[in-house]
Order: sequence, then C-alpha cells, then structure tokens
Amino acid sequence: MTEHATPVADTDGFPEHMEIATANPGRAITVIAVSFLLSIAATFVLGWIYTQGGNPAIEGMMLAVVFGGIGFGMAAWGKWLMPKGPFVEEREVLTTEENQEKFAKTFTRGQVAIEGRRSVLLKLLLAAMGTMTAILLFPIRSLTGKNPDKVLYQYGSGWKAGSQLVTDEGKPVHSDDLEVGGVLTVFPPDSGDMAMDQTLLIRAAAAPLPFNPSATPGGYVAYSKVCTHAGCPVGQYQAQFGKLLCPCHGSTFDVLHGADVVFGPAPRPLALLPLMVDDNGYLRAQRGYDEPLGPGFWSRGGVR
Amino acid sequence: MTDVANDGMRAKTAAVAKKGAASQARHLDERLGLAGGVRWLLNYIFPDHWSFMLGEIALYSFIILIITGVYLSLFFVDSGKEIIYHGSYLPLRGVKMTEAYQSTIDISFNVRAGLVMRQMHHWAAIIFIGAIGIHMCRVFFTGAFRRPREINWTIGLTLMLLAVANGFFGYSLPDDLLSGTGLRIAYSVFESIPIIGTWIVYWLFGGAFPGDNLFERMLVIHMFVLPLLILGLLTAHLVIIMRQHHTQFPGKGATETNVVGTPMWPGYAAKSGGYFFMTFAVTAALAGVAQINPIWLYGPYDPYKVTTFAQPDWYIGWLEGSLRLMPNWETHLPGHMIPNAFFPGILLPGLIFNVLYAYPFIESYLTGDKTPHNLLDRPRDRPARAGFGAGMLTFFFILLIAGSDDLISVFLDTPLQLVVWVLRVLLFVAPVIVGLVTYEMCRELSKVPDGGKRKRANIIVRTADGAYHSVPSEPHPADEHHELLPAPVGEADLPVLVGAAMTPGRGGPPLTAPSGTVGSTAPSGIPGVSTVTRDTPPAPRPQRGLLPGFGLRRNRRPGNGSGGNGAGGGGGTGS
Ligand code: HEM
Ligand code: FES
Repeated sequence: MTEHATPVADTDGFPEHMEIATANPGRAITVIAVSFLLSIAATFVLGWIYTQGGNPAIEGMMLAVVFGGIGFGMAAWGKWLMPKGPFVEEREVLTTEENQEKFAKTFTRGQVAIEGRRSVLLKLLLAAMGTMTAILLFPIRSLTGKNPDKVLYQYGSGWKAGSQLVTDEGKPVHSDDLEVGGVLTVFPPDSGDMAMDQTLLIRAAAAPLPFNPSATPGGYVAYSKVCTHAGCPVGQYQAQFGKLLCPCHGSTFDVLHGADVVFGPAPRPLALLPLMVDDNGYLRAQRGYDEPLGPGFWSRGGVR
Repeated sequence: MTDVANDGMRAKTAAVAKKGAASQARHLDERLGLAGGVRWLLNYIFPDHWSFMLGEIALYSFIILIITGVYLSLFFVDSGKEIIYHGSYLPLRGVKMTEAYQSTIDISFNVRAGLVMRQMHHWAAIIFIGAIGIHMCRVFFTGAFRRPREINWTIGLTLMLLAVANGFFGYSLPDDLLSGTGLRIAYSVFESIPIIGTWIVYWLFGGAFPGDNLFERMLVIHMFVLPLLILGLLTAHLVIIMRQHHTQFPGKGATETNVVGTPMWPGYAAKSGGYFFMTFAVTAALAGVAQINPIWLYGPYDPYKVTTFAQPDWYIGWLEGSLRLMPNWETHLPGHMIPNAFFPGILLPGLIFNVLYAYPFIESYLTGDKTPHNLLDRPRDRPARAGFGAGMLTFFFILLIAGSDDLISVFLDTPLQLVVWVLRVLLFVAPVIVGLVTYEMCRELSKVPDGGKRKRANIIVRTADGAYHSVPSEPHPADEHHELLPAPVGEADLPVLVGAAMTPGRGGPPLTAPSGTVGSTAPSGIPGVSTVTRDTPPAPRPQRGLLPGFGLRRNRRPGNGSGGNGAGGGGGTGS
C-alpha cells in the first residue's frame, strides 16, 4: 500500500521517527504557553468570583478555561512537539497449546483430591453452596415487608360507602361548587394513601349523565385519577369534547361514557366512583371502588 | 536563541534537578521490580484514529461524575420526610416538599458553586452515556467485536445498561415533579413483570408507590452499588484491552500481528491527558451556560399533580417512546394478567439487548468466520452489517422521537393520533428502508478503489464497446505525503538523558541499553513493516531537550530535508 522507501539514517544520526511533528516549533510553544497561562489566570478569576459569592455562569466558563487551557496545551504538546512516529509493536501471542497443556497438568494436581468416593464431597459442597443462595431471599423479604399482591388488591381502599369527597386541604365538596366543565381532585377524609385514593371529580353536564344516571347526580362524575397505563395522574380535562387526557403517554378517556379508552396505550377505563348528594348538598361516594386501581400487575387477574 | 549549545545547557541543568527523582525511581524498582512492566506500558501503542477517543470520553466523564458526585453527596439529604420550605428561594416559600427536594434547592442556591457542580454532574451523565453509545457504534460498524473481543463487547453492553440505570436513579433523587412522574412510570413498568414484578418494586420502594424508604435506597444504589459495579467492569474492560491490544485499521504497515501508532509515552500520555481536561472543560462550559434540570421551576413532586410535556433525559426517552406507541393491549390469563407496559417497557428493550449481546456470535455463525481479527473493517466493506446497524439505529431514533410525540403534535399542529399512527408505521418501515439503502450504498462505495481516502477525482472512462468504468486520476503533487514506515517502538529509545538514568554507574549493569544500540536493526520480519536499519551508531550529539523528541527540530519535508544540520539546528524561530 504505502510504497515509500524507508527513510533510514538521518544526515546527523538522529532517528527521524523521533523528530517532532510540527514544522514550526516556535509558534507551537507560544500557543501552548499561552494556553497554560490562560488556565492559570482563569483559576484566579474563579477564586475571586467564588469569594464574591459565586455566579454559576462565570464559574462554569472559568472552570472551562482552567481545564480547557491545560487540556488544549497538553493535547497540542502531544500532537506537535512529540516524536512523530509512527511506531509499531508486535502483539503478544495470547496463548499456545503448550501453555494450555501445562495448565491442564497443574490443574490435575487438584483433581486428584476429588477422585473416587471423595467426589461425593464435591457434589455436596456444590449443593450446599446452591442452597446457600436461598438466604438471599431473607433480606429481600425483609425489604419488601408484606406480600405485595395482597396489598395491591386493596388499592384505593380509602374510599368507603358514604365517604365524603374532600379537597387536598380537607374541605368537603358541595354540589354547587363546580360549574359545568369544572374539575377538582378529591380524596376521602383523612386519606392515608393520597397517591392511590386521588380521584378526579368532573362536572361534565348540568344533569345526570345518560351512561349511568344513578352514579352521576347533577352531572357530577368521579373517576380514579390513577391512569390504568402506568399510573400517572390523569388530569387534563377537555370540556368541549368531554375527553380526559393523561399527560404521560397521551391516553384519552371518554368522560361521558364511563371513561372508555378512545386513544393511547391505556388498556382499561378509569374506575368509576359512584356518587350521591347527601341531605346537606355535599357529595359523597355511594360505595368504594370495586376493583384494584391503576396499572395492572400479574396477580390482578379478573378484569371488569 | 535555541541554538544547539544552549539546548545542551538546558538539558544539563534539568539533569541536575532530576537526579533526585531518578534515584527514587531506582529505589522503587529495586524493591518492586517495576522497570520492565512500566516500560512495557510506556511502549504500549495506541493506534492513531479519532474514533478510538470515544471510549476515552466515556471514561473521562465517569471520572467527572465521581468527582462532582462526591461534592453533591456532601450536601444532599436522602430523605422522603415532608417539611414546609422556609428557605431563600422565595417562590417556593411555604410549599410542602421532601427534604430531598429541599436539599437540592439548597445545593442550587445556597451552596457556593453548588449549582455549577449539579449541572456538571447532570451534563457529565448525559455525555457519559452518549459517549458509550457512540463508542458502541464504532465498535459495531468496524467489526471490533469479533473474536477475540466478544467478552469486551459483552462487558461494554453491561456497562451501558448500568450507566443508564444509574442515570435514571440520579435523575430521580431530587424528588421534583418531573422525576417523580418518571419514577411513577418506572414503578408501573417494573410492576408489570409477570410473577416477580410486584415483589421487585416493593423491594426497591419499600411498599406501594411512593414507598417509605425510596430515597435512602436510591441513594445507596446511585452512589455505591451501581458506581462500584461500573468501576469494576470498567477496570476489567481496560485490562482486557491492554492484554489484547487495540484493534487498528489496515494500512501504514498495520498487520494482524502488530499495532501501529503512538506509544503511551510520551505522545499519547500528553494527548490523552489533554483530552481528559478538555472533556472536563466542555462539561464545565455546558454547566455554566446551558441550564439543565431546573428543578425549582418544576416544583416538588406530589403524586396527584399533573405535569405537561414531561421529557426524560435522552437515554430514557426511547423507552418513553415505546410506551407511547404501544397499542392498548393487555394479556389476560386465568387469574392473572400481563399488563400493557410489560411489552414496550420490559420485553422490547430486553429483546434488543439480547440481540446485541448475541450479535458477535450470530454474525460469526452466519459468516462462518471463526478466526481472530485485529484489523478492523471499514463499514462499507461489510454492507450487511452496516445495513443491520443502520436499521437498528433508525428504530432507536424513531422511538426517541416518539418520546416527544406530544411536542411534535403541538409543533406541527397535527392531532396526536395522527402523529402516533405515522410513527407506528415508520417504526417498522423506516428501519427496513434505511437498512437497504445503507446496504446498497456500502456496496457501491466499496467498488470504488480507494474511494473516500484522499480527495482525488475519479475519471469515468468509456471503453470502445460502450462500457463505463472509473479510474482514479493522478494524485496532485502537493497531495503526496512523505510517510514514514512505522519504526519498532522498543528500538526507538534515545540515549538516556543524564538525569533520567536510573543507574548512575555505581556497580551493576546499566538498566537501560547503552546508547550505541539506538536505532539498530529491527528483526521484525513482519510483512509490510520495513525496519529501520543503521549500522553506524549515531554520532554523539548534544542533547537537545528534556524529553526524547523535544529537540525542537524542524520537520523536514521531502525536498528540503537534505538541509541536514542546517534544518536540524534551525529551531531558531525563537519565540
Ligand atoms: C455512574 C455514573 C453516574 C451517573 C450516570 C449519575 C447521574 C446523575 C444524575 C442524572 C443526577 C441528577 C442531577 C440533577 O439534575 O439534580 C444525579 C444526582 C446525584 N448523584 Fe449521580 N451519577 C453517577 C455517579 C454518581 C456518583 C459516583 C456519586 C457519588 C459518589 C453520585 C452522587 C449523586 C448525588 C448525591 C446526586 C443528588 C444530588 C442532586 O440531585 O443535586 N453520582 N446523578
Ligand atoms: S400513564 Fe397514562 S398514558 Fe401512560
């Protein structure tokens, strides 16, 4: 490929490979020196800024000059002022058959120890070590606490029959509170698990909704706010379309039809919390949710 | 001013100063026997190609992560305990938040240089994983993963996984609204794994989301468990590289049995050290001018607060995209279910990584090529591999784009539905098209002799019977390079400088070769490598610098090189 003659002895006996790469060392030295000097100067500026209380932008830029000055100088030094090469080295041979044979012999030294009846010992040792790994399960169990599958089934259990709907500040929600098109995040009183109990109250119309009039008094409808896809809070209500949007992956639920999924990856409708209005006009749950809320899990099994 | 005599003087002065260091080195060597091994290291050859720097950038950003991470850990509080904020950032006064979030706000506003450190840490994480990714592409497209390097390919992939995981945990530590939402999604995705999923998330979170012990556990994982694993595997990665030596591109005397390039000492050490600092500089500059993760704007995480336009860091974005493109299927078995998120969130990345892990073995099975390789392929010479790789990258990029489908829909003023459907189709069509085009392009390119190597016109010639073919034109005289053939590195030593000599002549044989052997013949006998032969030992000449090659000599070009001493001593450009 490269068919140049090999340049051998230099006229003055200095190996040509060891010569520096640049044709203009004077300029190279100047540039590199300036680079190092800039770095030193920047360190002082950085120190001054720091003692003055700091400023992220200037600190970042000064750090960049401190490191960049050193970095550029070193790289340029290596590129311009060091032996230009190229050099070649032979790869070591990784192994030989002889090596492998010798190794096998050495290893056999130990194999003798597990011959005959003693081989049973080896098997027992391996068995013991295998069963030993089971102790890893103890810390796992300690970390986990309860059997998750049982707990998961009770998700959203803060809601009971007759639970009042309250805001995150604990204020009960009255049936006059929302205009048509209004939304509010509600919880049962003293919710112990706001992440799972969170429920979105929507006033979708002025009168009960046709799809389930008995659960939607006065056009109020309440769905679990935990997305059935990956659990994000479903919170963007588009009143003019009656659609509810999950911000995470765009799942869209039809508020007027039991939160059926119209689009997106969510596999199931949001769970419905049937509502009623008590004698004082406050909103309450007729009963709790009748299914595990949120995303699916292995032992969830039954689907509504 | 830099005449020969002057240089000699300088060398002598330096020699006096260096005597101390030399005798210490001798003491060490006599006790530890280092000279041989360290000399091997100093002679270790790094091939000269820019693409070999990608892995180094990854290494350097990891070092930056450790340094900045230790700084952050001095101020970060790993607690999910809720408090009311009364600190110095006025917009958040009176807001309920966790101590983790509060401490991150404090790092940003009250700890001096805290914000710069936080932003450097975050930028370094992004650069770290990005560099790993590009480095992986280099290894893939040039076939550097082939035997004997399959083990390092495997280790590299594992490093990638660990880095992504650690990035995600770090991103989640500040407990802001964005990262909390990300954690909620991650929780659901892992919960979706059949049989063990619910146990895994309980194990990590210490209970149902958001869990009781999350921040303590995440911090231990983020700054101890995963970094240690990364450190260990990284070390193995590098040790294996040193043992096997780098691969190299063909040409310039490179063969399967040698390595051509720059030795560690001094050229590579200087350059590489420089690149380390430059990586640091770029990270610091980004941290200074490019705000990243301004968590005080997002507010603290609250499980029922809604975010809009949540965009994760890029290395998670493709998984977000695959969650978004998945149709709303869910698998129901008697008494059990496999939730929707399992397929795009666990199964798909699992499949991709398994294919990647198996790739070296798949390829060698398909091509029947079981021989070891030290010379790299140019991507165009392996059209099928290049096509497959380009297809995989396209697949990845479409998922990444899909991670921002809501932004695209707003930007293009198109319904989200349409965007999702277009992307769903593209996800399967585009990789095939890109793969085929790449395949065809590579085949065309590899037909052109020396194509792309040097800028030289190819002349299309029409033969008498009407066929066409291309002939490269004559090289322009100015383009001709005066290329040296590589010299064996072990023989390239210079006479030992006075100061650097480890044996000051007090008994015992000299540890270093006498100067007479400089440049003596290299009995390489390797095809393609000419050897530097010189029968006359070099004339004793004054030392010209502190280190080999520092003689500040002009680099002779062909033609004026015969200037001999004139050119050699003529570093007189001064400064
Ligand atoms: C292995 C590579 C690592 C990656 C990819 C990584 C990534 C991250 C990311 C993305 C953040 C979020 C920063 C933010 O915007 O607030 C973070 C936070 C943090 N990291 Fe790391 N990190 C790594 C290693 C380390 C190490 C080695 C330590 C300590 C020894 C550490 C300590 C921390 C701490 C204390 C925080 C929280 C402080 C804060 O958020 O301000 N990290 N990490
Ligand atoms: S979490 Fe609601 S769409 Fe994914």
